[in-house]
Amino acid sequence: MRIILIRCFISLTCALAGASALAAEALSASDNPVLEARVQKISSELRCLVCQNQTIADSHADLAVDLRRQVREMLQSGQTEQQVIDYMTARYGDFVLYRPPFKALTALLWVGPALMVVLGLGTLFVVLRRRSRLADEAFEADDNDAPHDPHLS
Amino acid sequence: MKHVRYLVPMGILLVLLYFLWAGLSLNPKEVPSPLIGKPAPMFSLPRLDQPEQRISRDELRGQVWMLNVWASWCVACRQEHPLLVQYAKQSKVPIYGLNYKDERAAGLQWLANFGNPYTASISDRDGRVGIDFGVYGVPETFVIDREGIIRYKQIGPLTPEVLRDTIEPLLKQLNS
Amino acid sequence: MIPEIGHFSLWLALGLALVLGTVPLLGAQIGRADWMALARPLSYLLFFFVVLAFACLVASFVGHDFSVRYVASNSNTALPLQYRVAGVWGGHEGSLLLWVQMLVLWTVAVAAFSRHLPPAVTARILAVMGLVAVGFLLFMLLTSNPFDRLFPAPSEGRDLNPLLQDPGMVIHPPMLYMGYVGFSVAFAFAIAALIGGTLDATWARWTRPWTTVAWMFLTIGIALGSSWAYYELGWGGWWFWDPVENASLMPWLIGTALIHSLAVTEKRNSFKSWTVLLAILAFSFSLLGTFLVRSGVLSSVHAFATDPKRGQFILAFLAIVVGGSLSLYAWRAPQVGIGKRFGLWSKESALLGNNVLLLVAALAVMLGTLYPLVLDALGMGKISVGPPYFDAVFMPLMAPTVFLMGIGPLARWKDAALPALALRLRWAAAVAIAGAVLTGALAGEVRLVSTLGLVMAYWIAASVATDLWGRIHPQGVDWSQAGQRLVQIPRALAGMMVAHLGIAVFCFGVVMVKTYEIESDVRMAVGDSTTVRGYTFTFDGIKELQGPNYVAAQAQMRVTRDGHAIADLRPEKRIYRVQQNPMTEAAIDAGLTRDLYVSLGEQVEGGAWIVRVYVKPFIDWIWFGCLFMALGGLLAVSDRRYRRAVGAE
Repeated sequence: MRIILIRCFISLTCALAGASALAAEALSASDNPVLEARVQKISSELRCLVCQNQTIADSHADLAVDLRRQVREMLQSGQTEQQVIDYMTARYGDFVLYRPPFKALTALLWVGPALMVVLGLGTLFVVLRRRSRLADEAFEADDNDAPHDPHLS
Repeated sequence: MKHVRYLVPMGILLVLLYFLWAGLSLNPKEVPSPLIGKPAPMFSLPRLDQPEQRISRDELRGQVWMLNVWASWCVACRQEHPLLVQYAKQSKVPIYGLNYKDERAAGLQWLANFGNPYTASISDRDGRVGIDFGVYGVPETFVIDREGIIRYKQIGPLTPEVLRDTIEPLLKQLNS
Repeated sequence: MIPEIGHFSLWLALGLALVLGTVPLLGAQIGRADWMALARPLSYLLFFFVVLAFACLVASFVGHDFSVRYVASNSNTALPLQYRVAGVWGGHEGSLLLWVQMLVLWTVAVAAFSRHLPPAVTARILAVMGLVAVGFLLFMLLTSNPFDRLFPAPSEGRDLNPLLQDPGMVIHPPMLYMGYVGFSVAFAFAIAALIGGTLDATWARWTRPWTTVAWMFLTIGIALGSSWAYYELGWGGWWFWDPVENASLMPWLIGTALIHSLAVTEKRNSFKSWTVLLAILAFSFSLLGTFLVRSGVLSSVHAFATDPKRGQFILAFLAIVVGGSLSLYAWRAPQVGIGKRFGLWSKESALLGNNVLLLVAALAVMLGTLYPLVLDALGMGKISVGPPYFDAVFMPLMAPTVFLMGIGPLARWKDAALPALALRLRWAAAVAIAGAVLTGALAGEVRLVSTLGLVMAYWIAASVATDLWGRIHPQGVDWSQAGQRLVQIPRALAGMMVAHLGIAVFCFGVVMVKTYEIESDVRMAVGDSTTVRGYTFTFDGIKELQGPNYVAAQAQMRVTRDGHAIADLRPEKRIYRVQQNPMTEAAIDAGLTRDLYVSLGEQVEGGAWIVRVYVKPFIDWIWFGCLFMALGGLLAVSDRRYRRAVGAE
């Protein structure tokens, strides 16, 4: 089916190319670039539920196309970005959000990394400081290697 | 006491192993519906067989009913369809079909070929009602109670086990 | 016949691996030299039979033997030869065989280059690797046999996934696996040291080159995967924080920490138990990655076809290997001494700080990857964690890591003398900030986040320059000696500088492309043109193309700038005959300072096409950076002291 489509299209193009030399500046793919940019921005925060590893901005799935249309219509009718997001989560749950929301359930997720850094570096600091206060006997003897032994980086 | 901190990695491993093991029986792609326990969305769509007539949500209040999302282009629907046809014969619960993103002629032909378990089917040509129901794949099936609240959603084809172990008990409970 | 030989070889290999995993290990415990001496010959034999099995699978693919189920699912008579070979690792079963192939390759390498090690140590190391081989061979033979037959044999195969029919896909898995699996060597060294009680600086010195080489391969493997995604997938992305990608990033981060930690242990004989833990963790994350990719627990475009039985097996294997090694660690590590003394502010501390940050980074990636699973398992609903999370969390983590990267190499061992250090680095700091702001201004727009990112990149480069300067032109030494001093820099140090520069180059590329990339979606009929950033793209026409196993619509796009011809790009929309899925092949004009990227979207009415045009500044620096990192590793490994050690045998 697609092969036939391509063939038809190519003969049409050849005809067109021969017929006119009207080279135009290509138009934006959409009629309203400003609106489209907003659609794109919101769509890239929503997960495609069919091709789940893409956003509805990137996905070619039918559902993604439908949802993009929905976003566009909602924005055109004057709704805010938050209203669009709420609309989607009301129907598909938090799963549809590419960026996990910050709520009680996801607090650990968002705060976790920072917490780990503080804990990790803090523990390191405490351990090193404790060690620096130990007497020399606790350590191995330092056999006079030059402070800048070039072989050991 | 000094030895306890060396057990921390082991402790973390055990927690991790538990969750990984639990994960083996879960399906990461499945999106549970946030509409369970909420009212079914408002809709008013033309009938598939008689497009001049429409069916709306509120007409269906007062009874327990099932909504099955299907399409003639859907391969997995063929899998569950015989089950649905048979079930419709023996059950008193009406099953309504949502013909999702389909051509009317193709949909009617499909029903003629494979059987029609539906009290009626309605046409959702552009998929908007589907979106309102949180449909993301076909087939899907909803159980809706007398007050119009969605009580259960089946993602993917119905199986005899699901019908027997989950849906039938639920229908019995809702109808009592 | 050939598949049967392959299958039988695998069983033989299993038997050999079992013997290798037990006899030399026992021999080392009870002191029997003859048992220990078995380790090497057993390793060579094991290698032979795995290679034989692998060759049989390749032969089945090349010879179109569709009676083998795996071949039938992944090949086709129209599939070109090179992809038939690559198809061997295109699916789950074959990629497992590749995994084992890499494992025995590393085993044989250790067997060959370990003459300078005491026999007991060699015996233990090879035995541990044999045990890992047992696990994977059993996994294959019990649940994922690549030589399973299909009766009746179909006359045609299902074809290799079109996305995999690409040169990048041919070498990406082998490189990646060389890396992943290579961490098993450091792991084996760690276990051997824990068992034998020989955890010391010498152990660190032995382990380092193996770890560096594995890390090198992993770096290349990840870079290849990323660049492949960029030119193959058609929408210009190069990293998606997909679970499978994360599964390769986590061991990389731990591996990087391990390389640095080994330096501390080798120099100061300290933090040994920490280093040994990292060695265990690096391979553990490799195994975790193997589990995540093949068990179906996470949803990913990359994941192999899954089966709960397989997931259970790998999980059990993971539990045994990691649980066993962490138990051994908990038992033996407390007895390890604390080594030599070093100050609170010293090179050692900087390296350890770097370790902590890299470990936290790996854990943060794991947190994001597994969080949805955890919530789901606890019945608390389903969320998804996408790239926005990882970007928000990972970048800030890298900032302090990069900051330390600038300081560490210049700090002194034992005592960093902070004031002097700060003085030395003030020039680097100034250059970094000035350079970042200037770059932003030149590019057209100065933004806060991108400036911070650029500061990071320039900071590393300036620090390397400062270090280099200090070595070739130290105080009181004449310029005339500079050239000689440059050549005298030990390769290990040169390697470090090159690798760190690689990170700077990488950061630069990432920041520039993310900040200044331009995307333009246009509707183009034949003859139309569009101009992006001074480059004019003209749609000259479209023609139909017959590929070996696909049919395509190929567009001709001419790119000019100020009237000069720049490139002739041919993006395609392909339909592979067998699987009938459409694919977009982007056309890229790669350049040192920018890539021009064009991909075809859908056809629309009027004979026009939706075309996506991108100008991506400095994107190739991302992969140049990775290349530098790998080169740095190569330089470090070719250092005189390792060549000396090997040459002495």
